[in-house]
Amino acid sequence: MITKLNHVSIFVLNQDSAYEFYVNKLGFKVHTDAPMGPAMRWLTVCPPEQPDLEISLMAIEDGMMFKDGAAAQMRELVKNGTFGFGVFECNDLMATYEELKTKGIVFKKPPTKEFYGFEALFVDDSGNWFSLGQKK
Amino acid sequence: MAKDYPKIYLYKRIVQAKVFIDTQFSDDIDLDNIADEACFSKFHFIRLFKMIYGETPHQYLIKVRVENAKLFLQKDISVTETCFAVGFDSVSSFTGLFKRLTKFSPALYQQQFKERQALIKISPLQFVPNCFAEQKGWAKKSNFEEEL
Repeated sequence: MITKLNHVSIFVLNQDSAYEFYVNKLGFKVHTDAPMGPAMRWLTVCPPEQPDLEISLMAIEDGMMFKDGAAAQMRELVKNGTFGFGVFECNDLMATYEELKTKGIVFKKPPTKEFYGFEALFVDDSGNWFSLGQKK
Repeated sequence: MAKDYPKIYLYKRIVQAKVFIDTQFSDDIDLDNIADEACFSKFHFIRLFKMIYGETPHQYLIKVRVENAKLFLQKDISVTETCFAVGFDSVSSFTGLFKRLTKFSPALYQQQFKERQALIKISPLQFVPNCFAEQKGWAKKSNFEEEL
């Protein structure tokens, strides 16, 4: 029986910039920041109230994962906003929206009433987008 | 959504107060002054803040100070220095509040962080699920000793 999700990956264009975005703007906590050899790094962050969910900020690099030009294709797809990675939750959507906007975070959709509840959409520094909802 | 939140200006003022705590936590913050700055009575301010963030401004200030204390301790700054740097004025109350929120004393937190960092340095693959390490081509390297 599967009981939990404990790791998930988000592909990012630049890990330093992703660190700035997820840690210093969204307020996520660094779980592990480990150098993995020259110019390689295992960087995971957690939402503040979910310390056991590691979000790996995975650099898109040529190598075993992306072969034969796949890294360049993937970078283009990410940059163009192809991927929506998930839904984040907050206590109060309007307050969080106001705060994140002042930190320069780009919203594709302001808080909007949908049939399933209120939702906003924001984009990370790479181009990945996320839904932001409010705790029910 | 604005029409569903008719008092949007209230949100902006509470958010400003929260950001003020986030950035000025190390100062001697007077919550009465924050309420004044936000143009609220103290009680109205506390009620709205709690409605939005689920805790009082004072509880939130303590949490922010403790979270920032963790960052100081991670940089190997002493417990005493950390205590005053994040805005507490007594080491014993800092230690008690830190322990209440994190379950560890500041000294133990610092020690455990250092031990984990040392382990990451000598054996980073222990911290990476093997499926990711294999995909990245890291698994076949024996913990990068030769490269670090």
